[in-house]
Amino acid sequence: MFDKTTAGDTEARPATSGTDTAGRDVPLLDIAGLTLRLPDHAAARPILDGVDLRVDRGETVGLVGESGSGKSVACRTVLGLLPKGARAEGTVRVEGTDVLAMGAAGLRDVRRNKVAMVFQDPRASVNPMRRVGDFLTEGLRVRGVPKEQALARAQELLTEVGIRDPHGALRRFPHQFSGGMLQRVVIAAALSGDPALLLADEPTTALDVTTQAEVVGILRRLQHRHGTGMLFVTHDLELAAAICDRIYVMYAGRIVESQPVADLFARPRHPYTAALLASTPRLEADAAAPQPIPGRPVSLAEAPPGCAFAARCAFAIERCRSEAPALVSDGPAAVACLRADEGILQ
Amino acid sequence: MSASAPASVKDASTPTPPLRRGAPARIRKLAAQGPLFTAAVLVLVLLVLLAVCAPLLAPYEPDAIDLKNSLAGTGPDHWLGTDQSGRDILSRMLYGARTGLLGPLAVVGVSTVLGIAMGVVAAWRGGWVDSLLSRSMDLLFAFPAMLLAILCVAVFGAGLTAPVIAMMIAYTPYVGRLVRSIARQEQTRPYIESYRVQGWSGWSICTRHLIPNITPTVLAQSAINFGYALMELAGLSYLGFGVQAPTADWGVMVSEGQNPLLKDVMLPALAPATAIVIAVVAFGIVGEGLADRVSKRER
Repeated sequence: MFDKTTAGDTEARPATSGTDTAGRDVPLLDIAGLTLRLPDHAAARPILDGVDLRVDRGETVGLVGESGSGKSVACRTVLGLLPKGARAEGTVRVEGTDVLAMGAAGLRDVRRNKVAMVFQDPRASVNPMRRVGDFLTEGLRVRGVPKEQALARAQELLTEVGIRDPHGALRRFPHQFSGGMLQRVVIAAALSGDPALLLADEPTTALDVTTQAEVVGILRRLQHRHGTGMLFVTHDLELAAAICDRIYVMYAGRIVESQPVADLFARPRHPYTAALLASTPRLEADAAAPQPIPGRPVSLAEAPPGCAFAARCAFAIERCRSEAPALVSDGPAAVACLRADEGILQ
Repeated sequence: MSASAPASVKDASTPTPPLRRGAPARIRKLAAQGPLFTAAVLVLVLLVLLAVCAPLLAPYEPDAIDLKNSLAGTGPDHWLGTDQSGRDILSRMLYGARTGLLGPLAVVGVSTVLGIAMGVVAAWRGGWVDSLLSRSMDLLFAFPAMLLAILCVAVFGAGLTAPVIAMMIAYTPYVGRLVRSIARQEQTRPYIESYRVQGWSGWSICTRHLIPNITPTVLAQSAINFGYALMELAGLSYLGFGVQAPTADWGVMVSEGQNPLLKDVMLPALAPATAIVIAVVAFGIVGEGLADRVSKRER
């Protein structure tokens, strides 16, 4: 359904690899040991625990998890947006500079020129009182682009995201667009500043399925053409598989597994990932019926000591309930499970 | 910039349509609000035109005394008759509209700007800034505008300036409190955060998006405030605290018309009183109508 290679790929721009002053390769986004705590009266309530995540230039990385797993929060910290009163530890480096240590001016630069974000609900994330033309050009105008040029650029962007009659679209209000069309406008706006990294926070959740496919196709094509790195946050493992190169699976504020897409589907290493895959309905005739995961997702704050998934895990042993597993790397894969090496999932 | 956008615009020379709606469409929209609203708007437009064109329209000087013609009735020479000093009432009414509208205009203009500033800052900053601004607005609420104005006159002397300044201050919390509550609501909407995410400063978000989006509601309140301010300033002038005789002003005219009333001559007091009522009612209807439009749009 989601085709990985689309028409626009022929125009693909080679992803420029960034290097820092010392000549070493710098990942576009490098989150290391990110821990977030919310002050909750006496004890600080944790929401993220030691999250490690990397996105290279031109790469699409999926961050998959259930509601409340902390995936959106993690995504927002890349822009320096922390929940109110939250305390952060660790580093979130964008092109080598730590966002968490930045002042207001540095953050503004990152948000304007390096990282753009597409939100879940396009209807809510656009000022309803302004015309689409204003919405698309104001960012450019602020950067000092003359009005005529900004309007021409806006038309160009609208054409790129596949809006028919881009000329007329500039004059319309957001409510005159359908959800899918408006999400295209939002994507156009996000790309207007030529960001190196695009954060997509469930960009298709508010859209119906056929529109989803179109929007994902557009995202994929544009990202390829512009060499933009993308962090794609979703709860939909199938969708992530369709567009991502690598996937991080998150549970209760921790990364439990990361693998290249093909490997993740062929050989999930964490019982949670395996359970997620088993719970997805399949169309094939000989497919097994979807298996629900028992219990309900927990947030990090209510997670028991030990592995947060232990209570719902079919393979949990006594040790799982007392000892929190560390994320152990094995080549391109990483998994946080005490029994990962025992071949329990085979 | 264009290097990354291979899709070229087919015809860059096509004139881009204007992004703004033209005046006729706006007028049609206003008329859709109903005949009463339309009538009230027309009354206000007429009022402003009369005030602006007073020197051209007035048949006599507003202060020209003609004692032989004291308390003349209506007639071709004096459409609304003359007052006790033989001054033409129509001319005085026209000139009176100027002071009558100018005072409230200053009060509403300044209190709206101050109120928006205080309300938005309180809502945006929150915390102790919000507490400080909200408490000081509560404090101002404790003083009725009229009382503050009379206090000001006592300190700075009679005339239009002192009560107008007092009322600018007294009217600010009405706007400020409203702005604070709607700005708090508006700023939780995701589009505000999406601008933050795009690296906009708080100042730009507020001035370019937050304030324009709450302005319709604020304007509705300001129109209603205009009516109140007009009435209160006329009242102060009537009491002798505001505009001073012999300057033409509706409040002053009502006060001067009291003696003729005893002689059964109505017009010197009735004409300006009617004008005050019409103006206040018209502002009220326009304010309600505007508020109606806003709430309809939000539904």
